[in-house]
Amino acid sequence: MHIYANPKRFLKLANWLMPLLFWGGAGLALAGIFWGLFMVPPDRLMGESVRILFIHVPAAWLGMGGWAGLAIACAALLIWKHPLSGIAARAIAVPGMVFTAICLATGSIWGRPTWGTWWEWDGRLTSMLVLLFLYGGFIALAQASAREGGSFKIPAIFGLVGAINVPIINRSVVWWNSLHQPPSITVGKSAIDPVYLWPLLAATVGFSLLFGALVMMRMRALIAEQQVEARLRRRALDDDQTGHDAPTGSVAQSGGGDTGQSLGNA
Amino acid sequence: MREALDHWPFVIGAFALGMGAIAILTAWSYTTMRRAEARRDAMKRR
Repeated sequence: MHIYANPKRFLKLANWLMPLLFWGGAGLALAGIFWGLFMVPPDRLMGESVRILFIHVPAAWLGMGGWAGLAIACAALLIWKHPLSGIAARAIAVPGMVFTAICLATGSIWGRPTWGTWWEWDGRLTSMLVLLFLYGGFIALAQASAREGGSFKIPAIFGLVGAINVPIINRSVVWWNSLHQPPSITVGKSAIDPVYLWPLLAATVGFSLLFGALVMMRMRALIAEQQVEARLRRRALDDDQTGHDAPTGSVAQSGGGDTGQSLGNA
Repeated sequence: MREALDHWPFVIGAFALGMGAIAILTAWSYTTMRRAEARRDAMKRR
């Protein structure tokens, strides 16, 4: 990790890894979705609506996984002050928020035919909604700190503190009564029939690779923006320096100063 | 007698929304990256 904390080295890696992640992820996700939509039988209890599983679960996993990644990047920034950590955290935030929103929207659509309601204020749904707001708060803080040219410490602390919500989301269906089913996949165990499990795994891995590619795209954009800003700042300093070194010449050239102009005319 | 609810419109709605959002996010991220890198390269040449 420390090796790739260098922007130059990261850009070299991202140049070949990003298209690989993007096309591999898109292919695998589309294959998983096609498999889940057209090749698995309807569920005994949920009927055809079980197919929403193949977009809802990967989105939920990436919403939560995204914040876990964001928190790790924030910790790396606070502990080791890696220049890329803040950029990585900022790059994760928007895709993480979009996948959280997809999870909430598809879950709500799935709730209508299976639970008979679009929304229920239970532990799982509410903690997931809190995650969406946390992403929004982090994005606003990060943008404000970038605009003001201030330190990234406050958004980083916010990212770390917000990580407390991730285990709460995970355990919410165990701790509180909920319409949402308990965890179907735990370490080494699965309550899901293999007919549904394999396309679900394909879609989840595919969307995860795609998420990685999106984060890399956003990191490249942020690095390029920072390089432009640094170059502009350097130019402004150079211009200032030149202005201080030869005040008479520049005034005489522009013709704006009384003394310069009179000296020049003489 | 109550008619059974057709689940397919819900499935199609969920996938259209999810895939549409991912497509927009991908297009936005890609154009932002290309534009930022083009601006940096133009600045380097100047």
